[in-house]
Amino acid sequence: MIALSLSTPVITSHSLKVKIINRLGLHARPAMTFVDVAMTFACEITVTKGDTTVNGKSIMEMMMLAAGQGSELEILATGCDAEKACTALHAVVAGGFDEE
Amino acid sequence: MAKLTDIVASTAILPAISSSDRDAVITELIDALIASGAAPVSIRQELISKLLDRERLGSTGFGKGVAVPHVKHKSVKKMAAAIGLSPRGVDFRALDNQPVYSIFLLLSPDDRPEDHLHAMEVIFKNLSKDTFRRFLRQASTVEDVTTLLEEADGQHLAA
Repeated sequence: MIALSLSTPVITSHSLKVKIINRLGLHARPAMTFVDVAMTFACEITVTKGDTTVNGKSIMEMMMLAAGQGSELEILATGCDAEKACTALHAVVAGGFDEE
Repeated sequence: MAKLTDIVASTAILPAISSSDRDAVITELIDALIASGAAPVSIRQELISKLLDRERLGSTGFGKGVAVPHVKHKSVKKMAAAIGLSPRGVDFRALDNQPVYSIFLLLSPDDRPEDHLHAMEVIFKNLSKDTFRRFLRQASTVEDVTTLLEEADGQHLAA
């Protein structure tokens, strides 16, 4: 009975799309900001642009997206804090990484 | 897709960098790029300062022994990269706190952000491959590096 009451966290997936709005696109600094935020969550995070999907917690992989201004990213998070992660990452990208 | 052999200035491949000091290595690579004609000598100091400022903001030593310092400047007409290899390793304050053995220094015009992103894409697509990083680290001559870049462009390397 005790074991049953210790509920295991529910694994959920959450995804959303977001557009890159800053002029310089997802260059190294914004990519690093993205990874820094992604790393604060336990869930697995992938980012897709076109037919390329990369690990959202790897700076090397994020740089492979070459996501310029106007391009659309799909963020997919899988894990107990997936929804929170998506919300946070969406805010970072949609906010233009605090760039012009 | 841009090719490494188009981006890397063949005379700016330095296979045996002796300094283990980040700032000295960046200076050496900039001098090689200027000598290759990739940038006018008049902006030498400005390029070095901008690169070092960028490193202080956050290291481009992204881990796994590689660093990709980069700078944009309006007097740079065409994208160009230098490659420096350090057998001893350079302290780049890398994200994983490990020494850096291979440095790609990228110089871009300041008005073509898409080209810069594509150059970074092709550089990282290769640097993320274990094979590419290992061969690069083992390269001891300019010819070794050139051959590796050609093989990478021809996609003859395993992941």
